Amino acid sequence: MTLASLLWVALGSAFGGVARHWLSGLVGRRLGEGFPWGTFAVNVSGAFGIGLCAASLAVDHLDGDYGNAWLLGVIGFLGSYTTVSSFSLQTLALVRNGERGRAVGNVALSLACCLTAAAIGFAVIDASRSAG
Amino acid sequence: MNAQSPAGRDPDPIGRPAAFPRLWRIPGHPGTLYAMVALGSLLGGSLRFVTSEAMLAAFGPGFPWGTLVVNVLGSFLIGLYATLTAPGGRLPPRPALQHLVMTGFCGGFTTFSIFSLEALLLFQGGALPQAALHVGGSVVVWLAAVWAGHAVATGLNGRGRNRVAPEGTRLGM
Repeated sequence: MTLASLLWVALGSAFGGVARHWLSGLVGRRLGEGFPWGTFAVNVSGAFGIGLCAASLAVDHLDGDYGNAWLLGVIGFLGSYTTVSSFSLQTLALVRNGERGRAVGNVALSLACCLTAAAIGFAVIDASRSAG
Repeated sequence: MNAQSPAGRDPDPIGRPAAFPRLWRIPGHPGTLYAMVALGSLLGGSLRFVTSEAMLAAFGPGFPWGTLVVNVLGSFLIGLYATLTAPGGRLPPRPALQHLVMTGFCGGFTTFSIFSLEALLLFQGGALPQAALHVGGSVVVWLAAVWAGHAVATGLNGRGRNRVAPEGTRLGM
């Protein structure tokens, strides 16, 4: 890890967090705050984006072999754009408000949609590559 | 500054016009809150990267321990801080600090997208037990961590005063 790589991540993270705050607030205000749709929206769109990036940049993410575009766009921006902490807190809040069904729904829906979105993002690029 | 004074127009001591609105003096101003989110995310995302690199160096590329660690620690911290700053909690609810710590730092430190990507990569690589453990195990420990943070803070809040209602409905963060 170099200082330059840390700076790429830091820059992307600052923008990713701001984008999350903006979009989750917008979605939350539009759809009401009975269910954490704002966090759901950023997590699913971020998972789709990371699938696109993983297939197009072909980075060996698990081995830690990153270029600057990956550091800025994926580790920084998309990493900070999505969040587990708000997801966890909101799930806990639903449980403590006695809304167990919504809590379970939030967990199941978030996992299913994020994993599917990442896979679809990946497949879209893969398919367009083999078609071209 | 009290609530009635015009936003960002503090009189200048040597008589210059206030060329730049002093947004940071206004605790609930959206500009202040966005700046706090940006700063917190910058710090959180950087620390996530450092943590992931350290875990990769320590345990190798077989399982994404770094992502698991940041998501668990971030969930604990947000549970702790949200309950400490809830109405009646031990810490005063200050919007700027809450945006810095929770929306910014915890939000940037934790990540759902990289978690999803790592599950997909483990699955694609044929490491099905690791993929299943990554998905199923992660969710359990995230929720256990946020509950633990909330429980610790409830204990701290309750010391020497009436116990407070838990963090309830801050679903917009």
